[in-house]
Amino acid sequence: MDVVAIARWQFGITTVYHFLLVPLTIGLGPALVFMQWRWVRTGDDRWYRMTRFWGKVYLVNFIMGVATGIVQEFQFGLAWSEYSRFVGDVFGAPLAMEALLAFFVESTFLGLWIFGWQRLPKRLHLLTLAMAAGASVLSAYFIIVANSWMQHPVGVALVHGRPRMTDVWAVLTNNTALVAFSHTIAGSAGVAGGFLLGIGWYQLWKRRSLGIDELDADGRVVPGEDPAQPGRDRLDHRVWINTLRVGAVVAILGFGAVAVTGDAQGKLLFQQQPLKMASAEAACETGTSFSVLAVGDVSSASCANVTNLIEIPFVLSFLANGDFSTPVKGVNELIPQYQRAYGSTLPTGSIYGSRSGATIDYQPDMTVTYWGFRIMIGFGGIAAFAAAVALWLTRKGTVPRSKRLMQLAVFGILAPFGANAAGWIFTEMGRQPFVVAPNPTGVDGVSLFTAAAVSPGVTAGELITSLATFAALYGVLLVVEVFLLVRVIRGGVAAVVPELDAPPPTDREDDVLAFAY
Amino acid sequence: MDSVLPVVWFVVIAVLWTGYLFLEGFDLGVGMHMLVSARSEQDRRVMLNTIGPVWDGNEVWLLTAGGATFAAFPSWYASLLSTLYLPIVLLLVALIVRAVAIEFAGKVDDRRWRRVWDTAMGLGSFVAAFCVGAALSLTTTGLPLDANGDRVGGPFVWATWQAVLGGLAVVGFSLAHASTYLALKTDGPVRVRAGRFSARIAPIALLPIVGWVVELQLRRGTAVTWLLVAVAAAAAAGGWVAATRRHEGRAFLGYGVFLVLGVAALFGAAFPLVLPSTLSAAWSLTVWNASSSAYTLGVMSVVAAFGVPLVLLYQGWSYWVFRRRISPAAIPAAH
Repeated sequence: MDVVAIARWQFGITTVYHFLLVPLTIGLGPALVFMQWRWVRTGDDRWYRMTRFWGKVYLVNFIMGVATGIVQEFQFGLAWSEYSRFVGDVFGAPLAMEALLAFFVESTFLGLWIFGWQRLPKRLHLLTLAMAAGASVLSAYFIIVANSWMQHPVGVALVHGRPRMTDVWAVLTNNTALVAFSHTIAGSAGVAGGFLLGIGWYQLWKRRSLGIDELDADGRVVPGEDPAQPGRDRLDHRVWINTLRVGAVVAILGFGAVAVTGDAQGKLLFQQQPLKMASAEAACETGTSFSVLAVGDVSSASCANVTNLIEIPFVLSFLANGDFSTPVKGVNELIPQYQRAYGSTLPTGSIYGSRSGATIDYQPDMTVTYWGFRIMIGFGGIAAFAAAVALWLTRKGTVPRSKRLMQLAVFGILAPFGANAAGWIFTEMGRQPFVVAPNPTGVDGVSLFTAAAVSPGVTAGELITSLATFAALYGVLLVVEVFLLVRVIRGGVAAVVPELDAPPPTDREDDVLAFAY
Repeated sequence: MDSVLPVVWFVVIAVLWTGYLFLEGFDLGVGMHMLVSARSEQDRRVMLNTIGPVWDGNEVWLLTAGGATFAAFPSWYASLLSTLYLPIVLLLVALIVRAVAIEFAGKVDDRRWRRVWDTAMGLGSFVAAFCVGAALSLTTTGLPLDANGDRVGGPFVWATWQAVLGGLAVVGFSLAHASTYLALKTDGPVRVRAGRFSARIAPIALLPIVGWVVELQLRRGTAVTWLLVAVAAAAAAGGWVAATRRHEGRAFLGYGVFLVLGVAALFGAAFPLVLPSTLSAAWSLTVWNASSSAYTLGVMSVVAAFGVPLVLLYQGWSYWVFRRRISPAAIPAAH
């Protein structure tokens, strides 16, 4: 197998996995701050219980993001040393800023928050959580600045064949980064909203199926309590209906923002990476029509076997330009343009290895871009719609008794994750064959083929070893993470608020830790 | 300015590594002590909770060292990591296992579950310490790099005695450093045993790092770095004497100062080479030929001048918040 292919699989697997964990952290953090803030403000115990419960879920997930994030910091140098040398002058800076300005804050203040219960004053304790959650968002900004530079290089000049940073402000305010950042944050809110909604639904359903909560004649909930089970009191009902509603609102707002930012991002992409968007729309020929369903071999490089079964006239123009008449360039027109601008064969040289002189295929994998784009939008849209339906169904204070609906709500948690992953797979694979895509309107000559980016000295055997190792380790960790999350979620509030199980002894020594590993 | 900034950034990288080895040094050592010194599950929990609130922040020093090397010396970052491909992958695996072990161990109240994660914590800490030491040692002795900075030879050309020495150096130092840390941060049986370790075994555990430092000094040392070594040795000796007298704070300080000055001597002797090529001196990576442009270094200097003091401030505060000793009585039931 070709080293480029193995290195790409490794980067893809480790990064997509990392980004299954990260959006939940980014989205859940502010939700958690909101819960604890309500508790500090009102003293209402329901918010305290929500904070403790969601805090535990947050931590199990957070640590997995930290653990898999370590790989991200180093894998550019491991398998992509030529890339690192080429982009280092500009790409390393946001990475270092992320570590110095975001990771330190995130890890230190989260440690303070976890162990700070009863040790820090309430408001200060809340502030530590807000710092950690804010730093997660900040880290997303820096890493997206780095990624956006690969999509749309700005703020550099070409010196001795390599980009040299000339304007850090241009890099930090790259329009690609600003839209991608807002899109990602909105998508993360969608993930967290769906999670809160699904789990809230499950717990309310459990209370109903255990016969704790009943309905009155109008169908309104009459919360009850089960003295045999610690934590299953009336307040517990408030905990979960609040969780559900917060989640539904966050999901609807999140996906609304996703749509707005996604539209802006799409228009930018039609200009900055026209071939990526043409592939996403299976727009083989230049025109104005939007493809609803394309059949045939959509991965075909030549577009020869693609048939668009259903097309809506003018819509593609609207998506790309905001009007109904400007034609959008299709794949068949763009590829010859790329060949004229960037060559039709790879140069010869040691960094290209056996790939020297190979023909360059400018067509991104159309199956992945076309369907990735549609899965992203489809899953996001379904999740937003489901959240609105959920709000309506629970307007009388609890969920229907249907087990099917509960399962749907719980498995629906996965849809926003799928939308996020599909979006990133689309945007990364749509950039091929470039690792640093050329900027058609800005700096001249800065681009790098993926085929020129891998480590020349690293063997296929090493890459396969590490790929297999990471895949196996991540697989095992996924099982453990899901096991732990399911345990925490099933346990409900009682398992995370031990005072409910057994009230703290009044003679308790002052220096007993409120939390310990 | 153009010739000063790369030197400044060499110093910054050295500071980041020093911070990492000092802080995660005791984290890794605590992890290993959970395997070698703990006598009971309670001992292990006491040990783990001494680093509970701070270990993650300590590990960020490594990530920052990595990110800062990428930003300031891209060629160094690229050549070191790709040349040491398998050992770095092993390091990452160890750090991942360790991180989840810390967080997951207490999540299920079951002896076997805990045992598995505590063992993973110990082994992960050992492997991580060894790999970090080996990689740093090879950074000072050099690797077979060609003109482009790529490895010549197979995937195992790094397997030299210097790599082993460096690995043992960080493992040994971490064990010694953690023994004084545990003596300072705990009460009860762990404190007693850690104090004994810091007086009896720690001096032996420090021998490999002394060997590494002296070996490099003999090849590349200057008057200044020899002076650093002399003061470092005095600090270690002072730490040892304090340990035998059960002066826990002074013992911790002594071994800690030894590390800071020892690492300073290592980087000082290595300067201006950041990664020597064992094939040709002309292919060695230096502070000058591996660094980013003056503009990038200038930007990063502003960021670091603002960021690093802030980090020291709030990390210091978090140590202050959690300054109390952990005793067996302080450990609540698992939940």
